[in-house]
Amino acid sequence: MRVVHYLNQFFAGLGGEDQAGTPPTLREEPIGPGRRLQALIGEHEIVATVFCGDDYAAGTPGAAEQILALARSAGAELIVAGPAFTSGRYGLACASVVAAAAREGLPALASMHPENPGIEEAGGAPVIESGATGREMAVSLERLAAATVKLAAGEPLGAAEGRVGKLPRRNVLVSESAAARAVELALARLGGDREATEIPLPSVEHITPAAPIADPGQALIAILTEGGLVPAGNPDRLESARATKWVRYEIAGLDSANAPDFQSVHGGFATTWANEDPNRMLPLDVARELEREGAIGRLHSEYFSTAGNGTPVASAKRFGIEWAAELHKANVAAVVLTAT
Amino acid sequence: MERAGIPTALLCNLVGIAQRVGAPRIVPTRGIPYPTGDPSLDRERERAYRRRLVEQALVAISTPVSEPTIFDSALTAQEA
Repeated sequence: MRVVHYLNQFFAGLGGEDQAGTPPTLREEPIGPGRRLQALIGEHEIVATVFCGDDYAAGTPGAAEQILALARSAGAELIVAGPAFTSGRYGLACASVVAAAAREGLPALASMHPENPGIEEAGGAPVIESGATGREMAVSLERLAAATVKLAAGEPLGAAEGRVGKLPRRNVLVSESAAARAVELALARLGGDREATEIPLPSVEHITPAAPIADPGQALIAILTEGGLVPAGNPDRLESARATKWVRYEIAGLDSANAPDFQSVHGGFATTWANEDPNRMLPLDVARELEREGAIGRLHSEYFSTAGNGTPVASAKRFGIEWAAELHKANVAAVVLTAT
Repeated sequence: MERAGIPTALLCNLVGIAQRVGAPRIVPTRGIPYPTGDPSLDRERERAYRRRLVEQALVAISTPVSEPTIFDSALTAQEA
């Protein structure tokens, strides 16, 4: 089969965040991890690679369709995207591309970590589990290649192939009746098996929204950020990726988050714009203005910051719980949180 | 934080992901690397745009919601 491989600008060897705005581009050869993938999928041929910058792919409406059109122009019969590991924008792009392909009936599969936030965008297209970072490229490619070969042969992909995310339901004939299977599952549960099921449920959590505040003009409000904004020099050494902590800094008496007093240490995007004017990350200048005018009762005396870049969901949850506890202690009524 | 009873306006560009993870109050922004800015505008207009974003956030935290909700009416109404 004629395979087209999708990569971001980084794995295509183009560059890092300075190239994240690159529009979709076609090259008629396997590139970077595609070379190893080609070696692993044998008779199938990677006839082209389409790559695109992460910002462009995640932030431009219709980017997935543009990428798909380029892949089609190279005669794609099957599309492979990734591995994207835990990279959010890249995972989102891979998932959107395979979803767009699947909608048009073109076989496609993506590879990413199960905690990649993009995974839900894949629609009915299969997503194969990758490691968390590029260090696990070799094993991730092997799994992806094996699944690619199966998909090319028209075989279904399931948990045995490392499939993660949404599983489409298929009708199959089984020999045992529903009653017998139900008794078996009940016995398994009684025997201590908490996992056995015929219908895996999606793991989407429901969040009950908080009640609104009556009047922001009477309230203590905090401004927080996920964009890795810290005082210049990063005194507490907030990590730029896979952050294990969050940090807090005084902003009492400050009228604006000015350069060069603050910087973003986030490793997931180009920080040029935030460093040029840190108010683009933490809107302190206008928040202070609104406070003076009475639209905000009072601004909390400190801001919290972390960098959400490949952060495990468990860590992000812990940060959220800790933030809520700290804010409750300080009687903060509501939050304005910026995210990248 | 919402779960803990603190209404939280999330200003972000990746609105689809924010909805999927269940963020109740979402204010869409223009670019991933600059949630409360837009470097394509001159300074004065950018600041006015940022002010509208924060005003929209204040609307979000004072509005009852029952599911992920996008707040962008004031943003589209007065385009810079």
